[in-house]
Amino acid sequence: MKFKTFFWFVGPSLFMMLLFIAAPLISVFIQSFQITQPVMQQIEVETCTPGFLTQTCTTEIKTVPIIDEETGKTRTTTAWVGFQSYKNVLQMDKVWAAIGSGNVSDILQIDFWKALRFTLMFTLVTLPLVVGVGLAIALAVNNAAKWLRGPVIFVSLLPFIITPVIGSLSIYWLFVGDGILTATLERWTGQDIAMFAQAWTIELLMYFYRVWHVAPFAFVIFYAGLQTVNMDTLESAIIDGASRFERLRYVIVPHLMPLIIFIALIHLMDCYRVFDEIIGFRSQAHVISLQWLTFDFLTPDDAGNRAISRAAASAMLTMIGIVILLILPLRRTWRDHKGGAH
Amino acid sequence: MYLKKLALAGVVSLMGTSAFAACAYENDVPLKSLSAGFEAWKAVTDAMAECGNFQAELDQEFRTKQPAAFEANPSLYHIGGVSNGTITPLLNAGTIRPLDDLVAKYGQNLAPNQLIKVDGKIMAVAMMVNTQHLMYRADIFDELGLEVPTSWDEVFAAAATIKEAGVVDHAIGATMKSGWNLAQEFVNMYPGFGGQLFNADNTTAVNSDAGMKALETMARTLDYTDPEVLVSDSTYVQQQFQQGKIAMSNLWASRGGAMDDAAESSVVGKVKMAAAPLAMEGGAPATTLWWDGIVIAANITDEEADAAFRLAMEGLDEEMVKANNEAAIWLVKGYEPGPLAKGAIDTATASPAAPAYPSTTQMGLLHTALGNELPAFLTGERDAAATLVAVEEAYTTSAKEAGVLE
Repeated sequence: MKFKTFFWFVGPSLFMMLLFIAAPLISVFIQSFQITQPVMQQIEVETCTPGFLTQTCTTEIKTVPIIDEETGKTRTTTAWVGFQSYKNVLQMDKVWAAIGSGNVSDILQIDFWKALRFTLMFTLVTLPLVVGVGLAIALAVNNAAKWLRGPVIFVSLLPFIITPVIGSLSIYWLFVGDGILTATLERWTGQDIAMFAQAWTIELLMYFYRVWHVAPFAFVIFYAGLQTVNMDTLESAIIDGASRFERLRYVIVPHLMPLIIFIALIHLMDCYRVFDEIIGFRSQAHVISLQWLTFDFLTPDDAGNRAISRAAASAMLTMIGIVILLILPLRRTWRDHKGGAH
Repeated sequence: MYLKKLALAGVVSLMGTSAFAACAYENDVPLKSLSAGFEAWKAVTDAMAECGNFQAELDQEFRTKQPAAFEANPSLYHIGGVSNGTITPLLNAGTIRPLDDLVAKYGQNLAPNQLIKVDGKIMAVAMMVNTQHLMYRADIFDELGLEVPTSWDEVFAAAATIKEAGVVDHAIGATMKSGWNLAQEFVNMYPGFGGQLFNADNTTAVNSDAGMKALETMARTLDYTDPEVLVSDSTYVQQQFQQGKIAMSNLWASRGGAMDDAAESSVVGKVKMAAAPLAMEGGAPATTLWWDGIVIAANITDEEADAAFRLAMEGLDEEMVKANNEAAIWLVKGYEPGPLAKGAIDTATASPAAPAYPSTTQMGLLHTALGNELPAFLTGERDAAATLVAVEEAYTTSAKEAGVLE
């Protein structure tokens, strides 16, 4: 292809990527090293608030931002603070103290590490399950009678179509308090069940929900891959007396390997950003994720404060985490790619 | 919070109406308002809409939208519904206007205690008071021969009897959803033990004896609540009441009306109100006082502000209050305190009275710190002393970032 043609094809998406991915990333990177704060002053203010019949007036010293006369906006200063925001998020001094005193589990009381523990576990536990369940459905559909395939594919794709927030909300409503499923389980077992009262049941529901939601994606990819398995190889394996499992192990899985890597890549990226489940399940008291942590820093409180610098630092740390996770599968893809060129 | 937004998307009603039913005049300036979504706001905005050319947005997430929307020039809304907790960012950024001249022009019917003055200038007009106070199932208390509790010790004694009798699923309901709600429970309990939230130098004083006692009391509640209490917000507790699953709760007065709503409640007429329980002998009721009211944006023309205030006064008139007497503890003329208002009035007029929730930048920061750090205590991951230290540290970090502390 001529360079000019190539350029006109790639140009628009390159521009969009620079505008919507690179630029915000650079801006967040810079903000994570800065703190912007309003210039505060202390003034004596008399505030009157209503009681029921009377009014109470109090005079107190209040710390309020200075409003600029000209622009009418709050006056702010921006300072470079180096790694301060990262320190505030990571709280390494406490981590070392916990390790030093031998109470390693104390580390999990720090928000960032608590979130990291869950995010990593969530990602790594659901990964094999999604690949396994996806492959199982694909094999089942592939072996099903032709007339049955359409409906089965349709039904097994449904979970994937549901908007993630709505899906997690549905699970929450099914299980919370006297939700339909909890009530049924309670009647069945005769025990009082509270799924949202402790961390491990919430986590279990989260794993279940994520696998249920994402497995259809893996299934579609694997099902497409199964259509390209070399029939000659399969037949010769049968003639050689390979059992069903051996055919799967030595013919089908190696053939699907690039797809498995692909699914793993996508899944790692998606799962590391786990967020909907935390919100949907209202699990903040027990389980939080890195993405939720960033969101929480960004949410303004009633007085309008938001921790933008810490949010930026936590976002950068999340990105670094994804990069580290992706290095392994990416290296493999790269090797395969180079190998394929020979 | 995101979730609340979703749940309330249905409630957010955009009411552009051309019916001039009961309005004294016809409004010809297009106006918009943004406020919380509870019953009282619906009543007020409905009354305003009768004058025409008015769009009300009722959204429980108003607190995150309001500061930015009012900072725009021209402001995206003319009228804002605020409380003493959420007026702070608007005051700080100077995006709401002093109302003295407008009050002089249109505010003949306002009572003096409705005028929220900051530094001598009227910045908001309050329409109702709100507070968390004791709601209890009078029928259960009668049946078991229990007295209405006036202190938290009595609350626990009554709860033990109710639990023993097994008449409801859980003796106590609590708004302890981790985050804002849970922090509010602490902010209610702590001053009840005589605790000061801040020192003079803006550092927080929660790491104190009163703090320990407040946490202990909160932990004792857990013996009688739903095990899933860390996900229950006011709406959830209200529903537990309505479905007859709990016997008492320290719940918002604004939720009282729903107990007698026959369409959704199975306990109509059975829920009574009492003052918020005392945390300690001789102390104030363990709660905070809130007001809700209206503000007018600064970044709009004077004509628009004039029309907006006139419209707001039309919404806050006697006629509206008479039609919606039970929707809130109104401060507006014409309000007849009914049985549902008893608890709130007793709380507000107690001596010493419960403090008002502080409208300061520091309070916002401390509220967030409490909301994030308290869950670990209630799940048993961390003891009370360590939790208070963690709250103090979290507050200090964010206060330094916000420029409140050096």
